[in-house]
Amino acid sequence: MVFYSIIVVIVFLLITIFLGYLGYKNTKSSQDFLLAGRKTHPLIMALSYGATFISTSAIVGFGGLAANMGMGLLWLTFFNVFIGIFIAFVLFGKKTRRMGHRLNAHTFPELLGKRFESKFIQGFAAALIFLFMPIYAASVIKGGANFVQTYFGIPYGISLLAFVLIVAAYVWMGGMKAVMYTDAFQACIMFVAMMVLLITAYVNLGGFTAAHQKLTDLFSNPAIQEDIAKSVSTGFQGWTSMPKGGSPMWWSLVSTIVLGVGIGVLAQPQLVVRFMTVKSDRELNRAVFSGGIFILAMTGVAFVVGALSNVLLFEKTGKIAIMAADKVNDNIIPLFIKSFLPEWFAAIFLVSMLAAAMSTLSSQFHTMGTAAGRDLYEKSFGKKGNTLTMTKTATLVVIVLSTAIAWSSNGLPIADGIIAKFTTMFFELTTAAFLPVYVGALYFKSLPKAAAKWGMISGSAAWFVWTFFVHSNASYMQICKLLTGKTSIVLGTSLEKLSMVGTTFIALPVAIVVLAAVWLAKGRSGKLDIDEKVIDKCFANV
Amino acid sequence: MFGIPDLTIVAVYLLCISSALLCAVYGLVNWNKGGELESQQIEEEAEWELGEH
Repeated sequence: MVFYSIIVVIVFLLITIFLGYLGYKNTKSSQDFLLAGRKTHPLIMALSYGATFISTSAIVGFGGLAANMGMGLLWLTFFNVFIGIFIAFVLFGKKTRRMGHRLNAHTFPELLGKRFESKFIQGFAAALIFLFMPIYAASVIKGGANFVQTYFGIPYGISLLAFVLIVAAYVWMGGMKAVMYTDAFQACIMFVAMMVLLITAYVNLGGFTAAHQKLTDLFSNPAIQEDIAKSVSTGFQGWTSMPKGGSPMWWSLVSTIVLGVGIGVLAQPQLVVRFMTVKSDRELNRAVFSGGIFILAMTGVAFVVGALSNVLLFEKTGKIAIMAADKVNDNIIPLFIKSFLPEWFAAIFLVSMLAAAMSTLSSQFHTMGTAAGRDLYEKSFGKKGNTLTMTKTATLVVIVLSTAIAWSSNGLPIADGIIAKFTTMFFELTTAAFLPVYVGALYFKSLPKAAAKWGMISGSAAWFVWTFFVHSNASYMQICKLLTGKTSIVLGTSLEKLSMVGTTFIALPVAIVVLAAVWLAKGRSGKLDIDEKVIDKCFANV
Repeated sequence: MFGIPDLTIVAVYLLCISSALLCAVYGLVNWNKGGELESQQIEEEAEWELGEH
């Protein structure tokens, strides 16, 4: 295994470095660094979008969740493809691209800031990215470093540094071009690996229907009842059934995972900016073709294989997946690969997981760097200087910050499944803070600046309170425990059940209601607080 | 159906595949639509050039 892995990893890294160098060579201006010169090929754009969207977390973290929750997680795949690709490109992408071009916006916060003529909105959006995206990035770093550690036996600290240094080098040198070239290459590896994974799982279980039947039958097998009682949440009704309506597992699946991540994709700054990297709608139309197929091949396969891994691991070990993986959710998919796939494929899969982590991480570094350098330092604080230098410096700062969080997280008693949880948290934040304002920016000419501002503030405040003090995930953030002594403020009260409700379920309506209320109140005065010329410019040809 | 007793799971399995097919068909049907007018593009790029200096 190690011999194959070393060869495959070296080839992979050489190609990645070469593509990073190509990006560096072709980066001449700040527009190249920020938006890849706005002339990206549709296939590269689609693959880059997909590879950024899908991190190791989506495959290993959420694939492991599917082993516990079953195929109900496919609702997330449906949302990923239909909302994350079709709706995102057709209803959001085209308008974003045209408005971004008209306003000469280089980042997502800049698009919102220029659309609403508000430095506050640009700065606030950038600050949210700068403050909270490092947590998401740290979880991706942790996922990548854990993988290297598990497969090569290299200590966590060294794995982490090597992983970060490679990604940081090409992001810092080649900006968006390097990010997108390497993303596209990494997406191809991920696609091949996932296809092999799917075929292996179904072939090993005797085909499509036979595999599902075995999974269905496994649930009633007396030998696993004790395992299920010990390891699976209340409400579980089998891997080929939805959890019981209203049960803790149902709430977690529907309100946190499917809604939180499924809708959150629409307002991800690192994805939205990709719409502005192409020169016309034609490129976006073409990107939809490959984007939908790619995402289905990623999360669709991960969730089906994650669920099916229970049968295969049971046949081999007599235990269901989570027990066979020593109760570590994030180990289920790697264990499946080790147990059922040939060594050469394990090496390819290892590289595909590194690729998934690197592609997401590179975009996170780029987005955080541009938010801190371009949006906060240059635009919001009004500092004069070279955009490229400021963005590159800020990129270094956020890289160090994210790496420090990932480094320290290894020593903390952080629970299993943290990669998926941190990913969900960031998606929930962008849903609440950005989505209503982003929809308003694209579709509602008469939306006042004040309504956008308060929608954003209230959404992020509601997200903060619910995530850090109410939701069951608050226990991982430690703040509530430090301040109140309890992992959630509703714990031990009659409102305890609220801790099951996903943050999106609460924070998104709060943002929408506040935005609508301020809009109504402002609308009565009859005067829009944005220059009409700006509105006309925004919506010309949009 | 397909060894899956819960029809909502069957439905979502099929929905996943259908939505990917929808993306593919949409992409193919609109493959050549939406190309930007060259003059407009040149005008915008000239504006950005000015903005950068």
